[in-house]
Formats: sequence, C-alpha cells, structure tokens
Amino acid sequence: MKIDLTDTTASKINKALVKGRRAIGTPAVGMVLTLVIVTDEENAYDALKAANDASREHPSRTLVVVKRVSRSPRDRTKSRLDAEVRVGADAGTGETVVLRLYGEVVDHAQSVVLPLLLPDAPVVVWWPVGSPRDPAKDPLGALGQRRVTDSYAAEKPVDELRARAETYEPGDTDLAWARITPWRSMLAAALDQISCEVISAEVAGEEFNPSVELLSMWLADRLHVHVRRAISAGPGLTQVRMETTIGPITLHRSDGAMATLALPGQPDRAVALKRRETSELLAEELRRLDPDDTFASSLRFGVDRLGGIQSASQRAEALAHTPGPLPVRTVPDSAAPGRTSAQAPPPAAPSGDSNGDAGRPTPAQMPPVKKADPQ
Amino acid sequence: MSSSNPLRDPADRRLPRIAGPSGLVIFGVTGDLSRKKLMPAVYDLANRGLLPPGFSLVGFARREWANEDFAEVVHDAVKAHARTPFREEVWQQLIQGMRFVQGTFDDDDAFERLRETIGELDKAQGTGGNFAFYLSVPPSAFPVVIQQLKKHGLADQSSGSWRRAVIEKPFGHDLKSAEELNATVEEVFAPDQVFRIDHYLGKETVQNILALRFANQMFEPIWNRSFVDHVQITMAEDIGIGGRAGYYDGIGAARDVIQNHLLQLMALTAMEEPASFDADALAAEKTKVLGAVKLPKDLGRSTVRGQYAEGWQGGEKAVGYLQEDGIDPQSKTDTYAAIKLEIDNRRWAGVPFYLRTGKRLGRRVTEIAVVFQRAPHSPFGHTATEELGQNAIVIRVQPDEGITVRFGSKVPGTSMEIRDVSMDFAYGESFTESSPEAYERLILDVLLGDSNLFPRTEEVELSWEILDPIEEYWDKHGRPAQYPSGTWGPVEADEMLERDGRSWRRP
Repeated sequence: MKIDLTDTTASKINKALVKGRRAIGTPAVGMVLTLVIVTDEENAYDALKAANDASREHPSRTLVVVKRVSRSPRDRTKSRLDAEVRVGADAGTGETVVLRLYGEVVDHAQSVVLPLLLPDAPVVVWWPVGSPRDPAKDPLGALGQRRVTDSYAAEKPVDELRARAETYEPGDTDLAWARITPWRSMLAAALDQISCEVISAEVAGEEFNPSVELLSMWLADRLHVHVRRAISAGPGLTQVRMETTIGPITLHRSDGAMATLALPGQPDRAVALKRRETSELLAEELRRLDPDDTFASSLRFGVDRLGGIQSASQRAEALAHTPGPLPVRTVPDSAAPGRTSAQAPPPAAPSGDSNGDAGRPTPAQMPPVKKADPQ
Repeated sequence: MSSSNPLRDPADRRLPRIAGPSGLVIFGVTGDLSRKKLMPAVYDLANRGLLPPGFSLVGFARREWANEDFAEVVHDAVKAHARTPFREEVWQQLIQGMRFVQGTFDDDDAFERLRETIGELDKAQGTGGNFAFYLSVPPSAFPVVIQQLKKHGLADQSSGSWRRAVIEKPFGHDLKSAEELNATVEEVFAPDQVFRIDHYLGKETVQNILALRFANQMFEPIWNRSFVDHVQITMAEDIGIGGRAGYYDGIGAARDVIQNHLLQLMALTAMEEPASFDADALAAEKTKVLGAVKLPKDLGRSTVRGQYAEGWQGGEKAVGYLQEDGIDPQSKTDTYAAIKLEIDNRRWAGVPFYLRTGKRLGRRVTEIAVVFQRAPHSPFGHTATEELGQNAIVIRVQPDEGITVRFGSKVPGTSMEIRDVSMDFAYGESFTESSPEAYERLILDVLLGDSNLFPRTEEVELSWEILDPIEEYWDKHGRPAQYPSGTWGPVEADEMLERDGRSWRRP
C-alpha cells in the first residue's frame, strides 16, 4: 500500500510506516538493514527498482532521498519535505520511503534520514550517480557503515578513482569494483590450475570504464608486475592477458556474455561472464558489510602507476578544456599527492611520476612496499 | 587450492570458493534424485560462478543415449528444477564438459569406456584427473560399482589428483550391514575421500544451529539441564510411500529417517562447543554426544511405532499403508516412529530427547524444539498465568526456515493476564532467493574436499548402535499402532509423553 504525505516531517513518516504495516497485517518486521539511496529525480526510478530487486535477498528499509532542484530564489528559501511511504507488495520485501526534498532542507537531508533509520541495523548509503567527493565525510555518508559509490556513472571515471583513493575510509566501496568480481574469480581460478609466475599483464576494455582500471590495479597490486591498461571498443571489459613463465593466459570476452579462457598447454574453454544487472551488484555489495581491504589495497595502488593511463600533465591539460565539477581541487591534489588526509596513504607515488612526467613506470619501478600486513 | 596463488587472499571475501579443476560422474543418472536435485544443483553452482572452467559432468546409466541426448535430459531437468534463472551462456559453458557413458554396472567394457572418457576430459577440459563419483544407485548396487571402479583403476589417485566417492543413504540397515558397507567402500577409497550425503546437513538452517548456539551469548548459558525441560525433534511428511514400496517395506521410518537425519540433528543440538569449525573437531564432538546416548530401560514404554491407516490428508482421501500397492498386508514396517533418548553427560543428564518421524502426518515439517522449564516461582496468580505454556526455542528446519522463540507476554488490558506469544525470525522469507539448495552446498563441498557437513563412519555406526536395540525390540514385540492419515500420529505416542507429564508440540 502507498501513503502520500506532503509537507511532512520524519515523525509523521514514522507514524505512516507503523500505520501501513498494521494495515497490511504484518506489524512485526524482520528487516536486516537500512538502505539510503541518494539520487536525483531522473535516476530515482531505476535505482529504486534495483534496490527492490536486491531486497529479495536483503529485506531492508529503503529510503530514497531525492534532492529537488529549486529554480527560483523564492523556491530556494522555502523548504519542504514530501514523502511517499510504500509497504507490502509495492516495496519488495521491505518498506520504502521516497523522500523529496525542496529548498533549504536539501542541505540538511541527514536530519530527515536519521530518525527513519532502523534501530540497531546497519546503514548502507548508495549514490547511483553524483557521489560526493569524500563519501565518509558527507553528512549522509557519515550515517552509513557502508558507502557505495559508482564511479562508472561519473563524468571522468579515472579522476573519480583518484579521488576515491585519496578519501578512502573503511566501508567505502564502488559498484565498478563489484562489476569485476566474476572476472577476478575466474582469473584466480585460472592461476589455481597452473603453477607459473606472472611476468606482466594487460587489461583491455572500453574507455571511461573504471572497472578496467580497478582490475588492472588489483592485478598489479597482487602480482607485483607491470600492468597496462588498453582501450578497446567494449562492451565493458574485453580482455585480460597475463604473460607468464610458461606462456600467456588470456581471458577474452567480446560480446559481454561468453568469455574464452586460454591457458598455456590446455584447450580453450568457454566460461560464462555475463555483465550483471545493477540489482545483482547491489545485492553483492549488501552481502558483506565489513570493510573491503582488497578494494582499498587495489585502489591505493594508484591509477597513475598503470601503463597506458593518461599522465598527470596530460590530464591537467585535458581538465583545462573540460569544465568539471571540481577542477580546482583536482589539479593541485594530483600535482602534490603527498598532501592528503592522514588516514589515506597517497594514491600513487614515489619520485617516478610525482613530477608529472609522462613516462610510464618500468616494471622495476612498479611495486614499492605493499600493504602493512603481508599475510 | 593452491595457497601460493597470488590472486587469492583470505581477506578478499568477494571471491567465492571455486572448486579446483574437477569433474563429477553420476551413476544412476536417470533416477529421480539426479534429475530433480543433482543436475539442477550443478547448474546452479555454475550459474553462481562456483564451478571451475572446464568442469565436466559424466552420466552413467543403462539407457542408449548419446552425449547429446544426455545433454538434452540435463537441459530439461535444469529448466524444470533449477533454483536460479536459466542463462544460455552458463549452459554453453557446462555443455562442453558433458558426456554420457552407456552401460550396466557389471559391464567391464562400459567402465573401460568411462576410464577413456575421463582421460579424454582431462585432455580436452583440463579436469586434472580430479573426479568425484556420485553413487545415486540402490544400496544393493554399491558393492559392484565400487569394485568396478577399483578394477578399472578409476579410484586410483595419481600424483596430486583426487578421486572421491559420494554415497547417499541408506548407509546400511543395521550396524552389521553398515560396517560391511563401510568396509566395501573404504577398501577402495580412503576414508577421507568418502562423502556420505545427508542432505539435511546441507541446509542453511541446520548450519545455523551452530551459529545460533556458538556465535551468540544469550542461548548457550541456558542450553543445559538446569533450564531445558526436554527437546523434541520432529520430521513429518504429508506424503505416503508413493512408488517406493520396494525400498520402504522392511526398512521403515526409524531406519529411513531417525538413524541419519534426526540423530544428526540431535547431535548438533546437544553437542559441546567444538574447538574449531573444522571437520575433525566437529566430528569429534558429534561422536562424543552420540556415544553418550542412553536408551531407556523399558523400550515398550518409551518407543512407539505406527502405520498410517486410511484417512483424509489435507482434503484428499488417502489409503492406508497396508493397502498400498506392493505392500504385504501383514507388514510390520513402521511408517511412524517416536523414541525417547537420554544423553548421559553433565550437560544433559535427565533431559529427555523425543525424536519422532512419520509419513502421512498433518503437514510436512521438520523442526527442533528446545522446551524450557517453567519459571521456578511466579509472582503472578494462578489465574494470570493459566494460559502460559513453557518457553521454547524452535528451530524450523523446513519449510519456512527460521527460528521461533515462544514466551509469555501480558495481554493488553486492565487485568493481569499472561499468554504465550511467538517471536519469529523468518529465514525463509529473508534469504530464500539466495540460500543455496542443500545439494548445491554439498556437491561444492565434495569438489572442494571439505567434509564438515558429512557424517563419518563412526557417526553412522554409533547411530546404528542406538537404533538396533529398538528395532530388535520391535521385531519381537507387538505390531505397529494404526493412525489415521492426516493426523499427528498414533494415540500411543501421545500417551508416551503424557506418562512423562508432557505433550507433543503441534508443529
């Protein structure tokens, strides 16, 4: 059932939730988490649909925070909260509240969300688009144990990855990372099958797809080898090629569904690697709510240490041409990567490329010291 | 799985446990179990990305099938019974490793062909010589298949590869036959390469018993004789024997269900905390508890067996057991069995465990109910607590998996009146879409060589030691009580609990 509330408050929404549950006859609820979706009006529908599908696996209270754009000064001074409360069949297996914020309250969304969080249950904040630069410090992000961004939806994904690395806090994660889990598990399985040492690797995929960079960084971080990022027509990731001591291992997918795994001295095998729906990615994200150390470690490896990536100076040049949302901060940050927050180690960088030269690091330069705790 | 693989990191918990290069050979692949459970489970595993690239599935049966016919049958089975949606690309991956070997179990040529097929798969699919043999065959065929595997060198593990045997219940029909069966299997396969499937142990809820007890602080302190009054473990089916007359007659409910499922559930409910969650530690604790089981002195008064009689089951008329096709009208086989056991250790001394199972009962349900003692003192008057029962924690194994806690609560109103209420944790509702089928989990564990969820030889033998004296007593004394189909068993079972001042829960 659906209850519409206009010009309302969080406490009225809470009452409507209780009323809704009573009306459909299930006063007791077994929801495992609160999912906060921060989005704009265009993306709200798709995001909510994905969340509802994911809620079959993780029954949750879903709060959709839609920040409305005010188009006149008069609108901006007025502040209003509208809500749409959905329980029962309309809301997957949990309950959903769509919150529409107008005017000043847009900047104080956390005051609306906080009273609506389920007691004592984890909170996940998801930005399908337009994630904040520092998710953990964002007022809504600060409410969550887990903050899910999607760098794939960003204007400049590679910059986005740099920003993520700088501001990383345990609990941050990105759907572009979840997208490559099947690839990672297939590559790990491939190395289970043969014993060899990897010498270098190349990851190819469409441009502006940060999953390609993340997979490259993961490989570089784990294997301590030079990894090159190559551009292909897509869709998505198309190929990983690892040169090993006994010959090349390739995992090639041209159609976004079926891949071929080729191992040296073994017959080629077809493996299913279909690109997944957002709901599946979200369900994967919600499955574990502990910090993803592997993601952190791969992210901190640094995009700039991959082969084939536009260097810092080229990037600065490109930035000058395209007005980005945060150009002012991006440039000085990358020029002096040492100057970052205390928790997050610098994303890239020893002497080799902090001077902004275009040279790719050689394999010898590649891995400095790895994680603090080598297991 | 190689630990030297630099892409594997224990902290990386997104990467699933993928089985290493391997294949599965199913004997009796045309059977019901294979079509309804095993093939869909293999597909679901592949769909979830848990099978290695090149995983191979070999069917062995008498039918005159080519590989394509076999693939067709698997395709239909998967479409009809798989849990996850059908995806063409996953199917394309699986079909490459599908083979069929036609033959009977005594046909040497067929086993020779099987050996060649395995060799061919090692080359074409890179299965690395690792094969599990799933014996989905009647118990009488076990020895011959096992011997054939040995004779044709199929059970030989060569450098670094493994060969495993997977067997289904019944694990014998008494202690002697179980020992013989174990001897037959273990003559050919090493004990740690033999996996006995008790599909109950693959269920999420059953694994959750351990999580509930040992990962929480609030249950374990009261999980003993000081607080627990008694435990009831029930597995009820609403169906009759169906077409299984040949198998069922002479075996009966106690051998079919109590010996394996119920005693395993009891062991998990009653065992002490294992030192770790590995297979050896778990088996050690389960064995200890099964070894401590004490049979009641008077078996006549503390066991009941029954046979379903004609009646109405859920709106349908059902025939009695003795009228079923293929059943001897004089048969003494039990379709209902209830027994009372005690566990002779410090934690459980004096706490009865009531185990019951039956066919054609009220509804299909499996649950473990831990019933607590009444509060030693009640400040409320008798009238206030008249309707208050005993507190209970009920683990609902199937269907509608979850946990119910039953306790007293004040009825809203001006007078003080306390009545039972239930608090539910509905596993089913919350997690079904992603909870794997028991067979999925168990097949994956076989391929990974993880034997946590498989009963071992000692457990099977101890279970028979518990059941054998009861079966012997039943053989010599009386006949099964009759109960109308669709009810909760014979009145004798109710009387058995009444004598102890208790009653069965209506599950």
